[in-house]
Amino acid sequence: MNDDIFEIGGKKLSSRLFIGTGKYASDSMIPKVCKSTGACVITVALRRVDFNAITDNVMQHIPSHMQLMPNTSGARTSDEAIRIARLARATGCGNWIKIEVITDNKYLLPDGYQTAKATEVLTKEGFAVFPYINPDLYVARDLVNAGAVAIMPLGAPIGTNRGIRTEEMINILIDDIDLPIIVDAGIGKPSHACQAMEAGADACLVNTAIATSDNPVLMGKAFADAVHAGRNAFLAKMGVTRQMASASSPLTGFIHNIDEGQE
Amino acid sequence: MNITINGQDLTFDQKLSIKNFLDTKNINMDSVVVELNQTIIPSEKYHTTWLTHNDKLEILRFVGGG
Repeated sequence: MNDDIFEIGGKKLSSRLFIGTGKYASDSMIPKVCKSTGACVITVALRRVDFNAITDNVMQHIPSHMQLMPNTSGARTSDEAIRIARLARATGCGNWIKIEVITDNKYLLPDGYQTAKATEVLTKEGFAVFPYINPDLYVARDLVNAGAVAIMPLGAPIGTNRGIRTEEMINILIDDIDLPIIVDAGIGKPSHACQAMEAGADACLVNTAIATSDNPVLMGKAFADAVHAGRNAFLAKMGVTRQMASASSPLTGFIHNIDEGQE
Repeated sequence: MNITINGQDLTFDQKLSIKNFLDTKNINMDSVVVELNQTIIPSEKYHTTWLTHNDKLEILRFVGGG
């Protein structure tokens, strides 16, 4: 039984692994990954309908118990993010929104200023805002003041699978920001997620690393295990690290003390 | 009349509601969200909202994303 419930955005979550719906070879994999991860939260994007293409409706693959977290990907300004957020809510999916405001096409790094502006407006409109940012302390503080329900710092650029390259900055947010920290982007393997959770992150969002593995269902399970392990380690509190050795076994009663004369 | 739908300029000869257009494209009303001239239109108004010359219509839906 899981008694480590994550309360956020008016919900009680039994999993601290959030998953995405992008990049799957087949969207039919999504419900299986929902099951293998035990995730409660899943992200989606909003796009124009392509009238010339017969495309699958991703929503038909998302189990009804999942909490939807639409993102504002594609937004280049706060106004565009606000517009996308309002459209997303109009679908009836609830009031959660992950704010992404990105103009940099090479590294897809988020614009903190525009993100904070959008967060301020949307919070007043009753959204539960989850802003995706560079792990910058001042931006995070602005987002706290703007009413965000969590901060989502990146570990590395989106889709790179490079791990928690921003570890020191994320640790500062964990230490200083009095909101849940959900590490998003760059998490490439379960050990990265475990590392973030050990450090005290409240949750991780993983999309690419699961969706593009050869076996997303099994990789999803591996990530769930890693997030769980890292969370338990954080709760248990790690032992101190040292430069010098500290024996785990007693330093008395060695056998060569008894058998004198032997090497 | 000329209407821009999802960024494409289209010409229509007959009176057209949002629902009429969705029907011509076999789009399920429940799977999309619609914005007309940057105002969100509730689905219950699709059949009573008539498009007029130079309208800008956006029809969107959720897709996979992270």
